[in-house]
Amino acid sequence: MADLSIDFCGIRSPNPFWLASAPPTNTGDQVMRAFDAGWGGAVWKTLGNPIVNVTSRFGGIDYGNTRLMGLNNVELITDRPLEVNFREMREVKKRFPKHTLVASLMVETKEEWREIIQRSEDAGADLLELNFGCPHGMCERGMGSAVGAEPKVLEEIARWAVAFARVPVIVKLTPNVGDILEPGEAAVRAGVPALSLINTVKSIMGVDLDRMVPLPRVGDASTNGGYCGPAVKPIALHLLSQLARHPQCGKLAISGIGGISNWRDAAEFIALGATSVQVCTAVMHHGFRIVEDMLEGLSDFLDEKGMSSVAELRGRAVPAYREWGELDLSYKLVADINPDTCIGCQLCYVACMDGSHQCIHLPGRTEEQSRQAGHTHLPQHVPERAVTAAAGTPGARVPFVDEEECVGCNLCQLVCPVPGCITMEEVSTGRPPESWNDRIAQGKSYVPGGLEATEAARRRNR
Amino acid sequence: MREGDAKRWALPPNRAEEGFEDKKPLYTPAEALAEANRCLYCSGAPCIQACPTGIDVPTFIRKIGTGNLKGAARTILSANLLGQSCAQVCPVEVLCAGSCVYTGWGREPIAIGRLQRYAVENTLASHPAIFQAKPPTGKRIALVGSGPASIAAAGLLALEGHTCLIYERKALPGGLNTLGIAPYKLKGQEALRELEWVLSLGRIEVRTGIEVVETATGPGQVSTTELLASHDAVFLGLGLGADARLGIPGEQGEGVQGATHLIERLKTEPGLTLEGVRRALVIGGGNTALDIAHELALLGVEVAMVYRRSEQEMGGYVHELDAARLDGVRLLENRQPVEILREDGRVVAMRLAFLAEGKPLPGAGETLPTDLVAVAIGQERATQVARAFAGVVLDERGRVKVDPLTHRTGNPKVWSGGDCVNGGKEVVNAVAEAKLAVRDIQRYLAGE
Ligand SMILES: Cc1cc2nc3c(=O)[nH]c(=O)nc-3n(C[C@H](O)[C@H](O)[C@H](O)COP(=O)(O)OP(=O)(O)OC[C@H]3O[C@@H](n4cnc5c(N)ncnc54)[C@H](O)[C@@H]3O)c2cc1C
Ligand SMILES: Cc1cc2nc3c(=O)[nH]c(=O)nc-3n(C[C@H](O)[C@H](O)[C@H](O)COP(=O)(O)O)c2cc1C
Ligand code: SF4
Ligand code: SF4
Ligand code: SF4
Repeated sequence: MADLSIDFCGIRSPNPFWLASAPPTNTGDQVMRAFDAGWGGAVWKTLGNPIVNVTSRFGGIDYGNTRLMGLNNVELITDRPLEVNFREMREVKKRFPKHTLVASLMVETKEEWREIIQRSEDAGADLLELNFGCPHGMCERGMGSAVGAEPKVLEEIARWAVAFARVPVIVKLTPNVGDILEPGEAAVRAGVPALSLINTVKSIMGVDLDRMVPLPRVGDASTNGGYCGPAVKPIALHLLSQLARHPQCGKLAISGIGGISNWRDAAEFIALGATSVQVCTAVMHHGFRIVEDMLEGLSDFLDEKGMSSVAELRGRAVPAYREWGELDLSYKLVADINPDTCIGCQLCYVACMDGSHQCIHLPGRTEEQSRQAGHTHLPQHVPERAVTAAAGTPGARVPFVDEEECVGCNLCQLVCPVPGCITMEEVSTGRPPESWNDRIAQGKSYVPGGLEATEAARRRNR
Repeated sequence: MREGDAKRWALPPNRAEEGFEDKKPLYTPAEALAEANRCLYCSGAPCIQACPTGIDVPTFIRKIGTGNLKGAARTILSANLLGQSCAQVCPVEVLCAGSCVYTGWGREPIAIGRLQRYAVENTLASHPAIFQAKPPTGKRIALVGSGPASIAAAGLLALEGHTCLIYERKALPGGLNTLGIAPYKLKGQEALRELEWVLSLGRIEVRTGIEVVETATGPGQVSTTELLASHDAVFLGLGLGADARLGIPGEQGEGVQGATHLIERLKTEPGLTLEGVRRALVIGGGNTALDIAHELALLGVEVAMVYRRSEQEMGGYVHELDAARLDGVRLLENRQPVEILREDGRVVAMRLAFLAEGKPLPGAGETLPTDLVAVAIGQERATQVARAFAGVVLDERGRVKVDPLTHRTGNPKVWSGGDCVNGGKEVVNAVAEAKLAVRDIQRYLAGE
């Protein structure tokens, strides 16, 4: 059995699964129930000066039959008195000494930072997380993402925190910036040992079309909130990978956050450089109990891959990240439809026809019919096979791929509802690997339309 | 449409039909949304090809999914004006849903009928005015019979601006939609409500209690020649006729009823009870036999169906047999009625002969006690009158002969469709045939 415990910049945690600073970590009772359920750590709901929250404060996005693909909120930091929070933190740490307790903090002045750091450490916090990410409410007051988006200010406050703190400091980054490396580098300069990301993405959840008010609605008005949940995972992974590849930022411990709902999501974050992961929306949706599957799934996964610890997984996928210009232009895939499992829904056909390169054809058509349907190029080879799908109902036709024309974009594979029915097959182009950067290095520069067009352009310009 | 007409055909209260539960009740919004979102939105979808009226199923389902309910109803009704009753009565298991790609995939097909009902019923209740008839053309078209074929044809013709006059010999319009469909699918009042919506589309008048005959002899009759003379075109939606009879001893008298007649009574007769009927035998293996057997079983009667061949050879749908069995119907295969036994005039039992491969086994048989015999071995033709229109011919099975592409008969002013042409299919086929006829009537009236 793989060892799930981690070392996060010197702090040990029984496993990498932490609760993110959010409603699930509002109270000591919740955090203790979470630890009982198996969570390895918790980032307490952000502490700071008193605020008042509005109602409603959450908005949800459903997609098809999936509820809460995305969540957004206009909630602020804790609305409970600081003394109460600290008292409960103290109790949590006493009852769960081996678990990781992180205090999330957000205040304005240097003095306030000094004081709240002191009190958090007294309450037993193993780590401090500076909330430079909240994209609503606090930033108007010059906090939250207002700090996260201003590297100079971020650096200054982080420097104070490192100076005041005895425990390691994490800077929690906002995705609402043009270049995540700027705040990342600022944090490095400030001397913090760790980063966490992402906080929520600025968003408006929708519009109430009857009242003509954006969502979530607070009376007759609304404001932008922060977007999270499964929908933001790709954004979070991208930003994480950028930091993980950076020579300095990549050396820090990183806590990955954003849309993590299960062990597989967590494994992906860790493979892209995270040491711990934090979860908010999935717990708000399904409760603390989801951690059981996370622990089991990650552990079995590590065993299967022959890895004995989480540390072995960390960063494994980072080297495979390249700039576009480094990708191999000679690599080629072609779609292949399995007529035995195709159900004849023709979704691949219509997707390729309207949304890609018109390389999928319907059987039984004459050349005339194909042209009328909009095909400008006709296949050289029409495969010999039944028109009606074996796994389909009468009238369901199995489309076929014009392999010479297929650009290998894999849109058809993405839309096909039958798992494994469309596969992308590697085909040899007979060309040696060559990237865009290689071409530029060789002076074959960039005119759309390929080398002939480039040559022609050169001749014209001469 | 005139207000008065709309409420003319309320059914009386206290009918047996009212006690039946809906087998496929109207979806709640959450149910409809969940089901709509399961649809793959196939391209060139087989479900469209399987619908006789060619409803663009994926499009209307997608519209339900996006909350565009009115648009969904518009998509349905522009292909099939009787989208409401079809949604409830179509054998979707062998039509649209039967060809859904999920079926081939071995998964539960999309509940197309129920989604269709959801879209149409809710839209017609809240936004009935989704079509606008063209300005009046002054043309008058007679429609004989007021079943689904004629109603669909009249609606489409009215939208084109023509005046439609429907002649119906019965007191209630709607044909089998009102009087024959199993009450757990569609109740008479629901059929009438849909019919009233069709009437609201334009200038349609229904003349009930008027029979079209070769030679009129009284006030409730109108002759074929008169009809032809006073209209620009005629559509025959005659349906089928009375129940066929067994022709065995003991059949005459109380306790033996034709199936469609009995169904009609369940649907329309106030106070009809089956008191004293504990057991019933239904003769036949088609869908009408299955319907009446199922209905009797739901009314608490112990029912057995008597069929002369084997289950595999039955004409009725497998899904209907399965459903009837779940509610207690038994099937007796390879048996033929020989005699109905009576005591003091009352039916008490029936003698049956055993058959093997359709032939009687000499000396083998049984006598089963029963209180009621329902005969569902087919219907006679109501098509004799068609012949009175010069040029219209019937085939050897009594069906009105038409050109399959135009549904025009041998008389250039007469078209026909529905059961009287196809020998008895489904409501959706009657609508599909009416569409073909209307398209050709349009060409004819336009002088093409
Ligand atoms: C018991 C039973 C159950 C059925 N269940 C289903 C089902 O579940 N689903 C389904 O899709 N289909 C079902 N059907 C079939 C469906 O009802 C018919 O296919 C459909 O009603 C045919 O429509 P139509 O307009 O051709 O004929 P009909 O509905 O039979 O209408 C014909 C009308 O013409 C009138 N008429 C006839 N001659 C004259 C005349 N000379 N003058 C004036 N009026 C005249 C009749 O009185 C009748 O009202 C069922 C049929 C039966 C018998
Ligand atoms: C209702 C709500 C309140 C939140 N409050 C805080 C907060 O007080 N401090 C903080 O740093 N992040 C806060 N977050 C952001 C989360 O900690 C987390 O960064 C974000 O939700 C992304 O993770 P997820 O996709 O797992 O939800 C909040 C998120 C939500 C949904
Ligand atoms: S999307 Fe898949 S199942 Fe549908 S037609 Fe294409 S290959 Fe077949
Ligand atoms: S009309 Fe009937 S067959 Fe056609 S789609 Fe609707 S339910 Fe299916
Ligand atoms: S075949 Fe089934 S899944 Fe495909 S469009 Fe029709 S109802 Fe939807």
